[in-house]
Amino acid sequence: MPHISSAELKSNYDVIVVGSGAGGGQTAYTLAMEGVKVLMLEAGRNYDPMAETPMFQDNSRAPLRGAGTTDKPFGFYDATVDGGWQVPGEPYTQASNEPGRQFEWWRARMLGGRTNHWGRISLRNGPYDFKPYSRDGLGFDWPMTYEDLAPYYDRVEMLIGVYGDNDGLENTPNSSPGVLQPPPKARAGELYTQRHAKKLGLPVIAIHRAVLSMRQDSRTLPAKLHPNNPTAQRILAQAMNERAACFWATACGRGCSIKANYQSTTVHLPPALASGNLDILSDAMVREVTMDDAGKATGVAFIERKSRREMRVKARIVVLSASACETVRVLLNSKSARYPAGVANSSGKVGKYIMDTVGARLSGQIPALENLPPHNEDGAGGGHVYVPWWLYQEQHAGKLGFARGYHIEFGSGRQMPGVGTMSGLDWLNGGNYGKAYKQDARRYYGSFLGFAGRGEMIPNEDSFCEIDPTVKDKWGIPVLRFHWKWSEHETRQAAHMQQTFADLISALGGRVRQAPQKDGAKAIEPGGSIIHEVGGAIMGTNPRNSVTNQWCQTWDVKNLFLTDGAPFCSNADKNPTLTIMALAWRAADYMLEEMRKGNL
Amino acid sequence: MNPLPSSDRLDRRAALKWMLAGTATLMVLDRDSLAQGASAPGGRGYGTDPDLIKEYKPGDYWPLTLNDHQRRTAAVLCALIIPADDRSPSAADLKVHDFIDEWISAPYAGHDKDRARILDGLAWLDAEAGRRFGKKFIEANAGQQTAICDDLCREVPARAELKEPSLFFKRFRDLTAGGFYTTPEGMKDIQYVGNVPLLTFDGPPPEVLKQLGLA
Ligand SMILES: Cc1cc2nc3c(=O)[nH]c(=O)nc-3n(C[C@H](O)[C@H](O)[C@H](O)COP(=O)(O)OP(=O)(O)OC[C@H]3O[C@@H](n4cnc5c(N)ncnc54)[C@H](O)[C@@H]3O)c2cc1C
Ligand code: SF4
Repeated sequence: MPHISSAELKSNYDVIVVGSGAGGGQTAYTLAMEGVKVLMLEAGRNYDPMAETPMFQDNSRAPLRGAGTTDKPFGFYDATVDGGWQVPGEPYTQASNEPGRQFEWWRARMLGGRTNHWGRISLRNGPYDFKPYSRDGLGFDWPMTYEDLAPYYDRVEMLIGVYGDNDGLENTPNSSPGVLQPPPKARAGELYTQRHAKKLGLPVIAIHRAVLSMRQDSRTLPAKLHPNNPTAQRILAQAMNERAACFWATACGRGCSIKANYQSTTVHLPPALASGNLDILSDAMVREVTMDDAGKATGVAFIERKSRREMRVKARIVVLSASACETVRVLLNSKSARYPAGVANSSGKVGKYIMDTVGARLSGQIPALENLPPHNEDGAGGGHVYVPWWLYQEQHAGKLGFARGYHIEFGSGRQMPGVGTMSGLDWLNGGNYGKAYKQDARRYYGSFLGFAGRGEMIPNEDSFCEIDPTVKDKWGIPVLRFHWKWSEHETRQAAHMQQTFADLISALGGRVRQAPQKDGAKAIEPGGSIIHEVGGAIMGTNPRNSVTNQWCQTWDVKNLFLTDGAPFCSNADKNPTLTIMALAWRAADYMLEEMRKGNL
Repeated sequence: MNPLPSSDRLDRRAALKWMLAGTATLMVLDRDSLAQGASAPGGRGYGTDPDLIKEYKPGDYWPLTLNDHQRRTAAVLCALIIPADDRSPSAADLKVHDFIDEWISAPYAGHDKDRARILDGLAWLDAEAGRRFGKKFIEANAGQQTAICDDLCREVPARAELKEPSLFFKRFRDLTAGGFYTTPEGMKDIQYVGNVPLLTFDGPPPEVLKQLGLA
């Protein structure tokens, strides 16, 4: 089975998966490899990273030298298709225009979704992260433990390929032996920071990213991932052989035509398609889940974008994985006389507790890094090291004034110049031009370090989305309206981040361009802007105050599952995507089991 | 691309072939040939789904702004800000003024502000050269042009009435640098030596570690 047109839709499938990103890709992969007939519906266009990725193009060949625009906010060569903070014809609205009360919603409308251009940072949640309420009385505990998810973290890491080390630090779990790929060597600025951050007690360790630092072991991994399934093993071995190792050049955000990093389109979908069990229909914008009188889902209704026709398709199980807020939107729009508040919403919690990651940054210039002998620092197209949260004990003792932690990501080195690389040197040299300016550019290039904090947000009652009563998108589908508010736990954390970065830059002998903000509300980046959208249909142990159980299965509709970030009931500082995939694999295993037992 | 001799550097195509040997993905090698074709669409911006493989030049997507005199003025200023030296050509040699024209003509948010500032600034240069030397800026001699730029280049302007022209100069300098250091010649000038496939990533070489006190 293959990429199909709507005329080739079958009358019935075992499972419909809505969305083709990290969650949808993993769900479809697990099910198709185990013999289940899957239909994937994707709102965006088909996308072929092999043919479409601008691997070596330098910025001189791009409009505006590759600078970001409203059409391509992360730059011309960013892999995003038909996406950004706004999608033409598909608006969303804000309930408030007060400062700090907006949620910026990033979407990508393409096969593979945001996984084509994400940062590939793949950190596990730790044991504390599953029981935050038990630790400090805030937010919600997950209806599972770290140990429940750990085997799935191992599996996802083996499947997609993740580099990193096992450092055994607090709440920063190790992977099982043999799972991780070796991390790349640290760059000059990363090493220099590692040395001097020690003075402040900050551990600088290898980051985990979904990039192949070597080719995958196609002889042993498939049997570990698909025991007793020789067909799946053979298909996966073949797929792994088609992936090259990273060649230490080109930015991962453009995508990777040699399949050396994880994107759904190069890692999940090729073997799933090769199994013969997956049909993919692109340009299919799902509007609602269709229901029968017995309260079971029968399939979905969608708009075929090219013809603008509404169509329906049926399956035994429906899985929504359209990105957390879009999944909420589909649930709320599945409204009928019987389900006036949308499906799976007897708790009234659909749309509640949406979360992003807390973000703040600061950069500095480090004289020690000036005039370094030229050398190639491209590396793995992203960071090689990071600082995990290091103040668990102080925080637990109530010394910090905010309840949850953050980790630090780095930007450093002699990266490929963009339009802004040499901007604003006047803060360093007082302003000049001519030959002196050229000398200064040579001197300062590569001497900047940028630090970005990524911290946990606690779910709150004021951050949610709902259907806008009047606005519809160009397909006639009602759109989301966002409500947003940070608590002091987040704003104080953001101020702490900036102060830490300033201290770190001083420890490196550097200078900051802007003083750190004491006021956290000014330090924090706007809601949604870190693009770690999770929550909105949280999991729990009680159908009265949660939407799904620990298997991502909705309490109300037992053949309806949500396998993106929507069921997250907390948003640890760890970037969410690895956890989305681990949860999706676990949910898909549960579906397989329940289908086998005849329960679904 | 900027070919620099280095033993650990592979030819891009050879590297791809090497790394993909025995796999079904060799079609990737023909990626560059996709670069031709598809004429530039007219109208507003490049949209949310432009062809990323193709090569573009200023004017492909939206009409440019500068008339001949403005363009020549911009070129002279580019060459003053980034002149040729023993390592690289001038910004004007690399037609960075055409990039600046593309930039100020772009239909995106923020570019209109640059457009107004640059057009006003170019006109101010002529007015100032006229007032001081009785000529257009491009007709003034190098010493006269430099005298004007010297007044504008400081982070803190020398006189209050130079505030706006200094902001123009600062913006023009940033755009000139942006245009220059994104060209192969500019990247070579600051010794960016990446964007070439490598077999291994070995981290900083010993002389770098030594200079950083990390050896
Ligand atoms: C620039 C950037 C950097 C990032 N870096 C990181 C990182 O380093 N680490 C990390 O963990 N996370 C990162 N993220 C976040 C990461 O991309 C997401 O967490 C991840 O992609 C979520 O997967 P998903 O399947 O839920 O959603 P997506 O990947 O967004 O996929 C959802 C898909 O569903 C489709 N869809 C939506 N609505 C419908 C509909 N109604 N009908 C049919 N299809 C629909 C969409 O078109 C899309 O293709 C980053 C994101 C961005 C944008
Ligand atoms: S850095 Fe490596 S993984 Fe990332 S795009 Fe380039 S080759 Fe692919």
